[in-house]
Amino acid sequence: MELTDAAFVARARTGDTDAFRVLVERHSRALFRLAFRMTGNEQDAEDAVQESFLRAYKQLGKFDERASFGTWLYRIAMNYSLDLVRARKRRSEQLAPSDPDMDDPILSLPSGDPAPDRMAMSGEVRERVTEAMKELSASERTAFVLRHFEGMCIEEVSRVLGCQPGAAKHSVFRAVQKLRRALEPLMSPAK
Amino acid sequence: MSHLNEEQLILFYYSEEGDTLTAERHLEECGECRALFGSLQRVLNVVDSLPLPERGAEYGQQVWRRIERRLPAGGGSGIKAWLRPGPWRWAAAGAACAALMAAAFLAGRFLPPAPKPAQMAAADSQAGERILMVAVGDYLERSQMVLIELANANPKDALDISAEQERAGDLVSETRLYRQTAAHTGDTAVSSVLEELERVLLDITHAPSRISPQELEKMRRRLEAEGILFKIRVLGSNVRNQEGPAATTAATRAGQKL
Repeated sequence: MELTDAAFVARARTGDTDAFRVLVERHSRALFRLAFRMTGNEQDAEDAVQESFLRAYKQLGKFDERASFGTWLYRIAMNYSLDLVRARKRRSEQLAPSDPDMDDPILSLPSGDPAPDRMAMSGEVRERVTEAMKELSASERTAFVLRHFEGMCIEEVSRVLGCQPGAAKHSVFRAVQKLRRALEPLMSPAK
Repeated sequence: MSHLNEEQLILFYYSEEGDTLTAERHLEECGECRALFGSLQRVLNVVDSLPLPERGAEYGQQVWRRIERRLPAGGGSGIKAWLRPGPWRWAAAGAACAALMAAAFLAGRFLPPAPKPAQMAAADSQAGERILMVAVGDYLERSQMVLIELANANPKDALDISAEQERAGDLVSETRLYRQTAAHTGDTAVSSVLEELERVLLDITHAPSRISPQELEKMRRRLEAEGILFKIRVLGSNVRNQEGPAATTAATRAGQKL
């Protein structure tokens, strides 16, 4: 029978690095997916995975054993990813002052858009989606990634975010509403 | 039944809660809501089309190989447990670190060098600098953690930040010492970052222990405006790069690249 995370966490807390290795091997891929969804950047996602495990290891003593190790790890990865996103945004703002023509990427779309099905596959749409995701606030982005991509229910999302389920639900609402406003024009039938 | 609002449609899309059967029936009968739901589905389906780089089954082992040597010695307990946050532990660690730094600085500045074979002196110097790098790296990481936790907190009501204040207070004396050392060695870039950090930590320490979401937002904006987290990360990253055996420069020099 496969041992639970809790059993490995208990061993890792006594200094058993092999036990921690098992946790790393178990959660790395999921953490990478999450970090990539959060940062939209492969290198940042790699950094987030490694840093999250290092932080988790250093903070094992603070981990409440009654909680889920995965949820706790997600939270660490989320925080680190958000920090990377913020730093990246700040750097890009410092390097390139905002171009009024680029404020609304949707407005700058050429008029002869291809059909939505084909557009969904195009790099340009991906870019628009990535941009729309970047426009979400930290809590909206986090809640949306967890609900939409990770398939967590609102209750689980609220646990990762450390907030009430109602707040998590509203973050998801706001995220979807913003995405819809930003991307719906792309979805209109071909002209 | 009246039309479904956007929030109900979102909940229905995620099969989250509510009366899904009624919503389903309504969508069958109401073209307007069906169109709205269709639009929502198309947008979310396009979001799904974002590519996700694949990682193979061996990815976990690769991650482990990358982080294994960076795990602090002593594991999740033992010496590491002693170093975990806690008032007396940080105070003691801070004091020890401060004493070590001050002694190293003063010794280097005022004591005449003991006659040593050149090789041994170089080895001692490198070992000393590595220890210093690790201490500085650890200190920067702890500072970063305090700021990140506050920056990412998202409370609905007033938040108790007394634990963070305690940690910030413990870090202030270390910051001051490193800043003074940097100033003495002429590392103005590092000294300036540490001065900013010290100010931020002091403000956190002296803030009320319960702060409102508005006050927290103000604090978060200030952290963002000053870019202090980014500066600490760059400094920390430079220090980490120099933790290796080839490190030969002084700890505070690391930040000159800032």
